[in-house]
Amino acid sequence: MNLINLFLKSVFVDNMIFAYFLGMCSYLAVSKTVKTSAGLGLAVTFVLVVTVPVNYLINKYLLAPGALAWISPRFATVDLSFLTYILFIAIIAAIVQILEMIIETFTPSLHSALGIFLPLIAVNCAILGCSLFMQERGFDNVGQAAVFGLGSGIGWLLAITTIAAIREKLRYSKIPKGLQGVGISFIITGLMGIAFMAFMGIKL
Amino acid sequence: MNVKKLLIEPLRKTNPVTVLVLGICSCLAVTAKLKPALVMGASVTVVTALSNLIISLLRKGIPSRIRIIVQLVVVATLVILIDQFLKAFAYDVSKQLSVYVGLIITNCIIMGRLEAFALSHGPIESFLDGLGNGLGYSLILVIVAFFRELIGSGTLLGYQVVPQSFYDAGYQNNGLMILPPMALIVIGIVMWINNSKTEAK
Repeated sequence: MNLINLFLKSVFVDNMIFAYFLGMCSYLAVSKTVKTSAGLGLAVTFVLVVTVPVNYLINKYLLAPGALAWISPRFATVDLSFLTYILFIAIIAAIVQILEMIIETFTPSLHSALGIFLPLIAVNCAILGCSLFMQERGFDNVGQAAVFGLGSGIGWLLAITTIAAIREKLRYSKIPKGLQGVGISFIITGLMGIAFMAFMGIKL
Repeated sequence: MNVKKLLIEPLRKTNPVTVLVLGICSCLAVTAKLKPALVMGASVTVVTALSNLIISLLRKGIPSRIRIIVQLVVVATLVILIDQFLKAFAYDVSKQLSVYVGLIITNCIIMGRLEAFALSHGPIESFLDGLGNGLGYSLILVIVAFFRELIGSGTLLGYQVVPQSFYDAGYQNNGLMILPPMALIVIGIVMWINNSKTEAK
């Protein structure tokens, strides 16, 4: 599979929010101003680029049926795939923790921009979802997994900054009382999803 | 201890989906048809109730610094059990739900209830609270799936509901309802109705 093709596909066609509804909780809770949502979007992209390739390697050399054959031929029939969820979530939580410490030590300016969002990300469904989709699609090598993570992250960033910009303007509109706040955000997201469906089926 | 309050309130007044806006992530993608929605609702209810019970039993022994990891491990274990159970007894539904079963782990309702309720209440109360919130979540799931399947495919649980004579007279299924964006719009409308009703009281 062509890498550029895969990247564009994961940004636009298989957009994490509009096609799969992943990461909706933080998407709705944080998208009040463009600045904070861009910060969260960057943090999600960053974590996805790191965790998806790592989980790819874990899946390839530990979890997939017959993956343990590299240790000894005797393990060739072992299937550990039932451990997927628990290992993936543990790895994501650990990586987020390590990333936070690294960023705090080496780039304090980046930490002050992303810092508050990093702990939130461990329980963001987009991160675990992306790893699970990666496992389901069975990419050929680590590079493809990394590009998939990058594309999904950028797609998520695009979606959250767009809705934040719309919500900033929405403050001046007259919305029916029961629909104010989250209700209208749902309907806007739905309409944006319909717009994004225009990309469906594009082959590059 | 007020059993009724714990069970009934999450259905309307403090509904986790429409009022607290938690757990939207995994719930919308499974509502194109009623059957996967029912299975998903039941799975989430079981996981919420049992994880609430387990964390509540363990709450005095968990150091608060590592409680998130402990909670994730308990929830992940329960989700693995559910996943294996579905694969064994309802394989086709499990295929339809695909990754969304795994995503129950990061469902905000579960983590939210563990943090807000189970860590500070007794086991039986926590179990009932989890059950109530799971049912509140399932209720919204079933409402959304009901309308999407009825309008989108003219069926309910796979059985034809819209009679053939309607189609002969020129009625057509609304294919848009099956597509993902309509789930968001339907839930927006459900929220609108719910909010207007609770405000009016």
